[in-house]
Amino acid sequence: MYPENFRYTKEHEWVRVDGDTGTIGITDHAQQELGDIVYVDMPKPGTRVEQGGTLGSVESVKAVSDIYAPVSGEVSEVNPALAEAPEKLNADPHGDAWLVRIKLGAPAEVAKLMSAAEYQAYIGAEK
Amino acid sequence: MAAAAPLRATPLNSTHRALGARLVDFGGWEMPVQYSGILEEHQAVRTAVGLFDVSHMGEIELRGPQASQLAEFATTNHVAKLHTGQAHYSGLLYPHGGFVDDILVHKVADDHYFLCVNASNQEKDFAHLQEVNRFDARVELSSERYAQLALQGPWARATLQKLTPVDLAAIRYYWFQDGTVDGAPARIAHTGYTGEDGFEIYIAPPHAERLWNRILQAGEEFGIKPCGLGARNTLRLESAMSLYGHEIDASISPFEAGLDWIVKLDKGDFVGRAALVRQKESGVRRRLVGFEMRGRGIGRDGYEVWLDGAPAGWVTSGSPAPALNKNIGLCYLPAARAQPGVPIQILIRNQPVEAVTVKTPFYQRVK
Repeated sequence: MYPENFRYTKEHEWVRVDGDTGTIGITDHAQQELGDIVYVDMPKPGTRVEQGGTLGSVESVKAVSDIYAPVSGEVSEVNPALAEAPEKLNADPHGDAWLVRIKLGAPAEVAKLMSAAEYQAYIGAEK
Repeated sequence: MAAAAPLRATPLNSTHRALGARLVDFGGWEMPVQYSGILEEHQAVRTAVGLFDVSHMGEIELRGPQASQLAEFATTNHVAKLHTGQAHYSGLLYPHGGFVDDILVHKVADDHYFLCVNASNQEKDFAHLQEVNRFDARVELSSERYAQLALQGPWARATLQKLTPVDLAAIRYYWFQDGTVDGAPARIAHTGYTGEDGFEIYIAPPHAERLWNRILQAGEEFGIKPCGLGARNTLRLESAMSLYGHEIDASISPFEAGLDWIVKLDKGDFVGRAALVRQKESGVRRRLVGFEMRGRGIGRDGYEVWLDGAPAGWVTSGSPAPALNKNIGLCYLPAARAQPGVPIQILIRNQPVEAVTVKTPFYQRVK
């Protein structure tokens, strides 16, 4: 369920590092908690973000939730599919429905995040 | 961190868990917000049938020779107009004209009225009713004796009819009948909070789980879905029905909330009447009005509303309207501008987003 090659935050985002780029998304647990997603707001490419700072927001029928940047850097790409079909985030949060790609500003930060096993233990304990 | 009070649970709590519902703290109650998803559950009620556990709702009974006088004095609607077996929507007000609660009043007999009240207000309502009771009548908080299921949607009647000998077609809208459902004694009311046809069924808690399962079986052929409070909220909002703590509260009067139709000033004295008479003479300063988003975003509860470049009101409820494919809401605006067709801006995360006031209800079923 939770890919081994991702790293996870306590705020339920994930990052997958490929070279100097991190692909960012929200976890399956997060999409379940949010319910039907109706809007995804992400910053434009070129925007600089800090680890733990607000990246954007995801809005479900029920509520708006802030999304935090799991890593610092510069947004290089925003997933165009989510503007038209935000509900994809409910269907495939670990795959096609990634949120943004970030050119890593401080690659060492990734090590501070949780592994898949740690994240699963974390959400297990949260219940 | 302060220890939270333990959440109250309905008799169906473990049933909801087994169905995979997401449970949340709703005013101190652990309640299902959704099962399969709010949008899917919403559409089930609009096009098929949905079943809600609303056992958290409170029940208060007024009994005794002067139960009618107490009901008339404590509530805004005209109790003397109710026939035995009939119900109406009404308000419990403070002397200053603000809401203690909004309620359903059912006339069971000349000396017995059955009130359905909001879950988180029930103790407050009970204390208030006792306080204004200067009659030969008793006020009983009887919530523990009832579980309540709401069966709503175009196939609600066909579903329930399979389980009861009561002729449901003969129960007119906002009337009720005592009978049985699957052999269990039940009060079957032709009422609801979704804008669809449907029934609200009051039963003893020990029967709740069996009836819940039997109703789901009976409705299977019609596409029934268990529905949570998330869909209940989007459904009532499309129908522009008030929710206590949002459209109405102690600081809001029925005239401000557009609930003039539940206030009968000519019926004689009642708690809050003097304040409402003064308000009627001077006119209200603000009034509830519907809006539709024009810009991208959802005006949510508590967001500021701007008019002519200045803050002018606030959103009481806002949400996507699943049956309408729009983002809608209700807001308070200065009374003179609280009419359809007024351009407004809603401050969404510090950004003004265009919206326009519209006529309510947003959705009305084709009868």
